[in-house]
Amino acid sequence: MLADKDRIFTNLYGIGDKSLAGARSRGAWDNTKALLELGRDKIIQEMKDSGLRGRGGAGFSTGLKWSFMPKTPDPLRPSYLVINADESEPGTCKDREIMRNDPQTLIEGALIASFAMGAHASYIYVRGEFIAERIALQKAIDEAYDAKLIGKDNIHGYPFDLYVHHGAGAYICGEETALIESLEGKKGMPRLKPPFPANVGLYGCPTTVNNVESIAVAPTILRRGASWFAGIGKPNNTGTKLFSISGHVNKPCNVEEAMSIPFRELIDRHCGGVRGGSDNLLAVIPGGSSVRLVPADQIIDCPMDFDSLVKLGSGLGTAAVIVMDKSTDIIRAIARISYFYKHESCGQCTPCREGTGWMWRVVTRMAEGRAHKREIDMLFDVSKQIEGHTICALGDAAAWPIQGLINHFRGEIEKRIDRYAANPHPDPVRVAAE
Amino acid sequence: MSVRRLAEEQPASFEFTPENKAWLEAQIAKYPDGRQASMVVPALWQAQKQNDYWLPQKAIEKVADTLGMPYIRVLEIATFYTMFNLEPVGKFYVQLCGTTPCMLRGSDELIAVLERRVGPQRHVSADGLFSWLEVECLGACCNAPMVQINDDYYEDLTAENFEKLLDDLAAGRPVKIGSQTGRVSSEPEGALTSLTSFYGDGAKAQAE
Amino acid sequence: MTRILVDGVEVDVPAEYTLLQACEEAGAEVPRFCFHERLSIAGNCRMCLVEVKGGPPKPQASCAVAVKDLRPGPDGAPPEVFTKTPMVKKAREGVMEFLLVNHPLDCPICDQGGECDLQDQALAFGGDSSRYAENKRAVEDKYIGPLVKTAMTRCIHCTRCVRFTAEIAGTSDMGAVGRGEDMEITTYLQTAMTSELQGNVTDLCPVGALLPKPQNFRARPWEYQKTETIDVQDALGSAIRVDARGREVIRILPRLNEAVNEEWISDKTRQVVDGLKAQRLDRPYIRENGRLRPASWQEALAAVAAKTKATKAEKIGALVGDLAALEEIFALKLLVEGLGSANLDARQDGTKLDPRFGRASYLFNATIAGVDEADSLLIVGSNPRKEAPVLNARIRKRWLKGHFPISVIGEQADLTYDYDYLGAGPDALARFVESAPTGSAKRLVLIGQGALARPDGRAILALAAQAAKKHGGLSDAWNGFSVLHTAASRVGALDLGFTPGQGGLDAADIAKAGALDLVFNLGADEIAIEPGAFVVYIGTHGDKGAHRADVILPGAAYTEKFGLYVNTEGRVQEALRATFPPGDAREDWAILRALSGALGAPLPFDSQKQLRAKLGEAHPHLLRLDQIGSASAADLEAVALQPATAWKDDFAPAITDFYLTNPIARASATMAECSALALDRLKQAAE
Repeated sequence: MLADKDRIFTNLYGIGDKSLAGARSRGAWDNTKALLELGRDKIIQEMKDSGLRGRGGAGFSTGLKWSFMPKTPDPLRPSYLVINADESEPGTCKDREIMRNDPQTLIEGALIASFAMGAHASYIYVRGEFIAERIALQKAIDEAYDAKLIGKDNIHGYPFDLYVHHGAGAYICGEETALIESLEGKKGMPRLKPPFPANVGLYGCPTTVNNVESIAVAPTILRRGASWFAGIGKPNNTGTKLFSISGHVNKPCNVEEAMSIPFRELIDRHCGGVRGGSDNLLAVIPGGSSVRLVPADQIIDCPMDFDSLVKLGSGLGTAAVIVMDKSTDIIRAIARISYFYKHESCGQCTPCREGTGWMWRVVTRMAEGRAHKREIDMLFDVSKQIEGHTICALGDAAAWPIQGLINHFRGEIEKRIDRYAANPHPDPVRVAAE
Repeated sequence: MSVRRLAEEQPASFEFTPENKAWLEAQIAKYPDGRQASMVVPALWQAQKQNDYWLPQKAIEKVADTLGMPYIRVLEIATFYTMFNLEPVGKFYVQLCGTTPCMLRGSDELIAVLERRVGPQRHVSADGLFSWLEVECLGACCNAPMVQINDDYYEDLTAENFEKLLDDLAAGRPVKIGSQTGRVSSEPEGALTSLTSFYGDGAKAQAE
Repeated sequence: MTRILVDGVEVDVPAEYTLLQACEEAGAEVPRFCFHERLSIAGNCRMCLVEVKGGPPKPQASCAVAVKDLRPGPDGAPPEVFTKTPMVKKAREGVMEFLLVNHPLDCPICDQGGECDLQDQALAFGGDSSRYAENKRAVEDKYIGPLVKTAMTRCIHCTRCVRFTAEIAGTSDMGAVGRGEDMEITTYLQTAMTSELQGNVTDLCPVGALLPKPQNFRARPWEYQKTETIDVQDALGSAIRVDARGREVIRILPRLNEAVNEEWISDKTRQVVDGLKAQRLDRPYIRENGRLRPASWQEALAAVAAKTKATKAEKIGALVGDLAALEEIFALKLLVEGLGSANLDARQDGTKLDPRFGRASYLFNATIAGVDEADSLLIVGSNPRKEAPVLNARIRKRWLKGHFPISVIGEQADLTYDYDYLGAGPDALARFVESAPTGSAKRLVLIGQGALARPDGRAILALAAQAAKKHGGLSDAWNGFSVLHTAASRVGALDLGFTPGQGGLDAADIAKAGALDLVFNLGADEIAIEPGAFVVYIGTHGDKGAHRADVILPGAAYTEKFGLYVNTEGRVQEALRATFPPGDAREDWAILRALSGALGAPLPFDSQKQLRAKLGEAHPHLLRLDQIGSASAADLEAVALQPATAWKDDFAPAITDFYLTNPIARASATMAECSALALDRLKQAAE
């Protein structure tokens, strides 16, 4: 188990003092100037060496991402850091705690990351529903400005402005190019890539989009050294990670733990175990709704990290662990996720626009049993027709839960169909209120 | 989501209050010159808040005129982003999260409460106090099930404490924002399992 | 150039080509819906998926990937793409299935049937049955204006129409509201589109969602006789195709002509069709006791001959209207000059352009395609959006590319691009001549009839020439002095010298009461001939000219005759006959030839072929189709030296109502509806 001294978010639960003074007492902003004095190249190298993989879900090396930014500044095309706080992946609620309880980690990280990529302005894009969080974050930023920690003329000698921006209810804006579109005042429709944001991003300028957690851990990594961070977890899956555990555990919570902690340990130690004991576990969605579910026997002793979960055909995603016990109507649970993707599809690409609704309708019928068994394979095929055929990954994210369901619970669907066929009835099963 | 249209009955005009006008001008300064369109979502949001939590046609046009955007572009935004209510809502506008993590923790029971007390979705109760909508994941999954009422989150709900919350709101009694079971935020219920070297078992914080 | 392998075929293509274009180059057909050469790349239909060797294990949208984005294979082997592999085939069938799940099966009642991209590609790339068992989506139809009918359930969300109005037309009329499967294409709260180019969205729409409203359920595409011809609604001479069924013109579509209209046409060009049928003069008339009565050709011609013989040469005059072809202008000129009159003019708007100043003084010398090359633009007394919408789209296209400062002197209108407004009248032009911003080597000086059709037009012409000469508009490599005409016949008439001869009267004087006893009016409907003269009207519609006539000789409209036209650039083009003139109406040159016979002095040709031969003898350049002919920039030097003392009056708009500029348009109910809508908008804006 991770020791408290190795925890980065020491006020994750907001029990301590949330003010700048409180954050400083916990070590934030401690000689940040020295960190900047490492220089751009050294900072990026440290970040690479730490093995930090992006905490927004895709798991791309954060240091490498920073290195894509242009090295020589172009006054007509300034660089931007955009911080993705559009936390909307079902199951995920970790960035919210950083913003409302430990915001100075994020603000300090924003300064350092911007310095490392030559950006003098940064926007934090907070999902629209997080109203209290954005007020808390703005308050913290105002404090940092007042203390001259950031701003055009700050004590670190690197002019830097940090702004809070917000959305208004669109999951797709968590996709980095959709987020940029939204920040430019357009509909959040993902852009074609290439060009990548590091070349043509916000306002056509070089831009890096990072998750809140990725940025917020950066100061501690630099302070304690890449090797400290890399020493936690397993190779290629290093560091500490915020896990959001929801669903059928006795005590759902957010917790910062070591990467690669086994599922059983994570649940038992922090969540009071699975409701009704570990024998009562049915399946787990380990990385937010976008990854394929994993049945109980496969997940129970699996290390919670990128590579181990990929081996199970799933993924760590945002480390949002949705636990489902045996009382769960698994088909309905996935149908509800399917509705989510139908609701959140931006409508740009044909396969996603038409396919998410199709899948939702079929899987909803399956939840009631009103389907034919041959439709199971058809549904799987439809999901395959969406996967990999769209501009952004929402199409994939919509397809995978369905695929996970069919891979692991085909028998359950067939049973449901048989049950309905034996006793057909007209009552619909509620999945989501249209 | 379903097809979103503007309300049939519309106010004849919309004007930002002087405070909001000043706020808008200050906010536009956050973005580079000529990029004032970036403000469209925050501006529409402010307009909605000013107008009892829903967005009338004239507000869409006012925002478009203010930011120098074609009307259709702003209408696109207003219909794309689902937090913009295009029709009037209750004084207490309940957004109920029905996505799987909340569903697993009992959001169905909350829906039953709302259907019984308020009626169907998108319908303002006769006293004008309540209307509700099932929305997608609100990002408080460790405190599921939960609802957002106007700006505020109410978490760790059960049918019982949700009823009480609605009663209190209707009666104008003070309510506690956040967890309804005494959690500070998303720490595990009861004793802390991490950060104990800083905060002990955290019981004191939860009691407060 | 970059080498790339497409299905094993090696081709050399420019590096910035998209894979889709490279595939086409290699002869591989790639289906697409959202991609359009002249619009920004959306990449959203996902139909054009191809497989890229060494790329990610999923197909790529070929419209969205540039050849230069591909990495070469090992040992520098050229990158390779495939369009026929199982992966591609499966992906295409999948996308096609998705497109069809919510597309209605109403092809038999859809006007797009037979020329529908979705239909064609479903046949070529789709599966043979549907697995979709849910209810299909129904979408409410939207009102988006009088020209475009919608059937929105058919929409496949390619967003071509949205991109067209935002990018090409510059009016941002259309958008996609909502999101996901509930996304809907519409205008703002179902108001009418405001662009003069809106009809083009019906061509762009790959399905039957946006259809031309006036042609609703009129014909099937395979029923048309298609005639490739040119348009005369403005002075551009856009390439069009006239589709007729039987004796009736049903629709007009644009043809590709990169030099002129690319592939767009204005709404007037497209939807003036019903004007070709209404208010037509289909038999000769003679005025008796103040009323026009039908007459036979013999009677009518005899009446004209009698009047002509009784009139002294100097009391005879001739006017040419805006839609006349070279043939009839030439014939009329020979006829009137043969009678000994010098009173002829084609400039019914009173423009001061004159062939005596040289051809360069009245041409759009920069050429339309030259707009793409120009590095700055000065607009003088013109509203190109109304006078030539397609040209305006070209200006906008150039403006969008950047580094193209535009200044305007005259009417301060919404031109769909930003400009510096310098002033309303000649003073501003004079100031510009004195102190224009420097740094332009290819300035385009666009002079409209609003600046020239006024008594001091000649001085303004001189000022404009000075502006061009002094400020980068005239050099060995560039002639940016460009006159924008509004009448299709005008340059041709000037080329033919249809202007007053020695001591002759100009149009305004010819029209004055008591000036003349006999006026031959060849379709001049924009000028009021005052009482007094005996007027012989040769034209097509019961418009202003016909009402003033004493004898009406019914002629042929531009879709009913073979005729040469010279556009504003000086480009000679031929209009072809799509249908025959109605009733007893005849081609105009033949009427003049018959009239000359009745006068006993037959014109020296018996066929159009002979006429053109005579025309060619006198003006060889007018037979060189699609060529501009020479125009000497030295003429402009001379013009610049002329006295340039202009009045103070503001330049007035040359066109007040875009939709009603000529007798055909005024006879069109569709144009009337558009005009009323535009007027309403104007009133609302004023409030």
